[in-house]
Amino acid sequence: MDYFLTEEQQMIKEIAARIAQEKIKPVALKYDEEGIFPRDIVKILADSDLCGVYIEEEYGGFGGGIFEMALVVEELSKACGGIALAFAGTGLGTYPIILFGTDQQKQKYLPDIAAGTKLAAFGLTEANAGSDAAGIQTTAVLDGDEYVLNGTKQWITNGGEADVYTVIACTDRSKGARGFSAFIVEKGTPGFSFGKKENKMGIRASVTSELVFEDCRIPKENLLYREGMGFIVAMKTLDRTRPGVASQALGIAQGALDEALKYSQEREQFGKTISSFQAVQHMLADMAIQIEAARALVYQTCRYIDGGAKSFSKESAMSKVFASDTAMKVTIDAVQVMGGYGYMKEYPVEKMMRDAKITQIYEGTNQIQRNVIALEMIKELKGK
Amino acid sequence: MAGIKILKDKCVGCKLCVGACPFGAIVMIERKAEITDACTLCGACVSACKFDAIDFERGAVANAVDVSKYSGIWVFAEQKDGEPESIAYELLGVGRELADARGTTLSAVIIGSNLDDACKKLIAKGADKVFVVDDEGLEKFNDESYSSIFTQLIYKNKPEIVLLGATTYGRSLAPRVASRINTGLTADCTKLEIDPADGKLLQTRPAFGGNLMATIICPNHRPQMATVRHKVMKEMEADETRTGEIIRPDVKIPRDLVVKVKDIVKTITEMVPLTEADIIVSGGRGMGDPKNFALISELAEVLGGAVGASRATVDAGWIEYSHQVGQTGQTVGPQVYFACGISGAIQHLAGMSSSDTIIAINKNPDAPIFKVANFGIVGDVMEVLPLLIKEFKAALK
Amino acid sequence: MNVIVCVKQVPGTNEVKMNKETNTIIREGVEAIINPFDTYAIEEGARIKEETSGKATVLSMGIPSVAELLKETISVGMDEAVLLSDRAFAGSDSLATSYALSMGIKKIGDYDLIICGKQAMDGDTAQVGPGLAEKLGIPHTTYVRKIEEIREGYIRCQRMTEDGYEVIEMPLPAVITVVKEINEPRLPSLKGKMKAKKTEVTVWTADDIGADKALCGLSGSPTQVVKTFVPEHNVDSEMIEGTPEEQARNLARKLLSMQFAIQVQEEE
Repeated sequence: MDYFLTEEQQMIKEIAARIAQEKIKPVALKYDEEGIFPRDIVKILADSDLCGVYIEEEYGGFGGGIFEMALVVEELSKACGGIALAFAGTGLGTYPIILFGTDQQKQKYLPDIAAGTKLAAFGLTEANAGSDAAGIQTTAVLDGDEYVLNGTKQWITNGGEADVYTVIACTDRSKGARGFSAFIVEKGTPGFSFGKKENKMGIRASVTSELVFEDCRIPKENLLYREGMGFIVAMKTLDRTRPGVASQALGIAQGALDEALKYSQEREQFGKTISSFQAVQHMLADMAIQIEAARALVYQTCRYIDGGAKSFSKESAMSKVFASDTAMKVTIDAVQVMGGYGYMKEYPVEKMMRDAKITQIYEGTNQIQRNVIALEMIKELKGK
Repeated sequence: MAGIKILKDKCVGCKLCVGACPFGAIVMIERKAEITDACTLCGACVSACKFDAIDFERGAVANAVDVSKYSGIWVFAEQKDGEPESIAYELLGVGRELADARGTTLSAVIIGSNLDDACKKLIAKGADKVFVVDDEGLEKFNDESYSSIFTQLIYKNKPEIVLLGATTYGRSLAPRVASRINTGLTADCTKLEIDPADGKLLQTRPAFGGNLMATIICPNHRPQMATVRHKVMKEMEADETRTGEIIRPDVKIPRDLVVKVKDIVKTITEMVPLTEADIIVSGGRGMGDPKNFALISELAEVLGGAVGASRATVDAGWIEYSHQVGQTGQTVGPQVYFACGISGAIQHLAGMSSSDTIIAINKNPDAPIFKVANFGIVGDVMEVLPLLIKEFKAALK
Repeated sequence: MNVIVCVKQVPGTNEVKMNKETNTIIREGVEAIINPFDTYAIEEGARIKEETSGKATVLSMGIPSVAELLKETISVGMDEAVLLSDRAFAGSDSLATSYALSMGIKKIGDYDLIICGKQAMDGDTAQVGPGLAEKLGIPHTTYVRKIEEIREGYIRCQRMTEDGYEVIEMPLPAVITVVKEINEPRLPSLKGKMKAKKTEVTVWTADDIGADKALCGLSGSPTQVVKTFVPEHNVDSEMIEGTPEEQARNLARKLLSMQFAIQVQEEE
């Protein structure tokens, strides 16, 4: 199907697809097995000018938006959702700066990220603050010209590998949700260290670690936007990057379908290829239908956001829920189509099934997303 | 298309030419074939057409010479440290056949230093004459000096055919000289014959990675030059009783060369160089894992042979390039060649099909390797190889 | 350092099946590609021009559609593209090709180094590199696996041999042909693709480059193909059946009875 991409979007997609097939696919199983962070792939992405597709031109980027980022993430995820996360996670960590940074802050951080020489990460989640983000304990206290950070962030993608971290901390406990602020913290700042690297079910080529702040002092210029706006920064960022997770799920699903389809044409039982059997055909058809529907929703949401929509929490949430639920179902079915072989680590689909699960969980669980969607719908109804 | 056209009255629309064209340059228009501008005049369609419906006309050629003024078969004898390389003897082997068919003399040309012994050997191996250019400054191969000297010799003596080895040096020297003389050169010939009709050289070589064979001629230019790969042609037995003429021609040896060979570095320290081995055990992607190559090495060691590999395994980093057998690797012709877990892609076959006995072990009964194998085992290399190793170890105790 | 990289378009038909009865190739779509060995030449050219702030021009001789392929090379580091295209060039063998390319190079003019790939996948003759150097009257080295040093008027490179390599010095301008050990070709970059989109390929005819048509195409080619055919593999094959143990035993027996020069290894 023609998705009516612009010529530049087509180029971005082609380059990302070649990197995925020629460079990522050969190492995907190994990096997953051994939990290796794909530094080499990041370099290739950098050399191909993909790292800055979503960053403004004046800061060294290509000047594209969420759609361009999503196209890259989708293609890379067809080969490995975990490796794609080095890029997608950086996007998440960078968007607070893009959306709320001052010109100085942007000048300081964006060019290196666009060039691929630095990675970024987003620090919101804590042990006691997952879906209930308001339960954040990390504090930031203003002391003269500096903020002092204390606390621990958990399950941070790119933790330890990234150089630039956008972190949400509590500046005024009495103000509740209005008491959080967003900060930029650089790796290497005294008092900023990394805790354990998690051993995960899937996306194992992505690094997920704790961020530990112990009297970590950062210049007050590193405050993003204004004190008390931390929650807004976080929510606006996530609304915008959610289609990125959706496209990761989309890529994983497509990769799984491609493998299952190919296999069904090669595997023969009862004297014919298993693709001749209606049971298998129906499974493949349903997988394909779900993926196309998810793609349409994700692409449309991206275009909507890049087109200047003012509020898109609902659409963004929908794209993430649908694509991630699709990815889970498709990858499970892909393993099923491939039968015993699908279960074996030698074949790529069991990894894809393990990779897909997280897309239903992070950047807002699908349950929270459904809450958001329903509440938006009710708000719209009342607003009429 | 200039030079080639379909004779519409003879064309029956069978489309054989369409399939034969490697460039997709033939289309069907109203059930007759038509040649488009994508045609490169390779001539593949002419051979394919069973109805003589393709007319391929060649006009006059530039720089044509009076071929009757050229005679004699020449072989460029590559040497190292004053010792002729075996390729030189192989060329003399086929050169002898050509010379006998033409009723003419076979000469070897050798350039280097300290070559007295070499001349005798070349005669024993079939040369009627040896042109020797012996000078300390020529000890190491140098494109500049060797092409100058060789060209001078060719201009002066007018051989009709010149054969060189398709070696690193040969593939550099031959085209330079051919370009200087404005004559035709055919590379990597697998067969050389004399056309009984008019005495010209028929040069057959693989094309498209070995998917096609092409026979090439050089009708209007001399000498007809060809390179031949190592281990494709057979040497003659040395005959010490043979006599021949050793000629020390008067050539200008270029000094003050601009191309300088500064250093020669050996990086491969094989006990049995692959191309010289009588037995080769080769592994392909079907071995599954690089560590399984240990079985290949083991079998090779038990049999006193060398280890070979397919291009796929070299590209995947399982083994160094020096072991690669095939069109872009080395050509081998051992007595016994084991192809283990090798599918038999044309490019691989190009490198080993002249082996005397080929044994193929592969899981896939439809693997193309079985078509060229003398003995085939359909099975898992991981099962068969250890058993084979056991059998040979026991038998050779 | 200004570099000219000579490339050839080849059909992507090496993955081809043969119809033995009709002696024809069954093509799965004749997609044209840049000769794979030339991608290493392109990468080396791009690196040299980047390191010396020079210019890299890609040059090819072929049919008009080759221009599209040449544009793609801009996305991997080439700056300009020139295509020699003329009916007069059709049917060229290596000599006529060397001549035409040399005339194109003379028209491009300012260059320090010419890089070619080791050989083309269709003809596999590996002749144009040295042949071209001869027509230009400049030195050449084949099978270059590494350039040790390159500067104004001088190059020192490693030529790969059967058992190692040689270090060779030449003055510039010169021609080198490169092997795939020399580098790892890059993937296209976004900026590269955008540049490629805007690049116009310069197309020259035989007259534009002042080529004597008699020395081009068929009339300029001393060699001619008189026959093409599908290779025969007539071999008496014996399949060895049985359990793996039986197969191994039978094969070993057969080979040993054929009395090859199997050397017994002394057990230490």
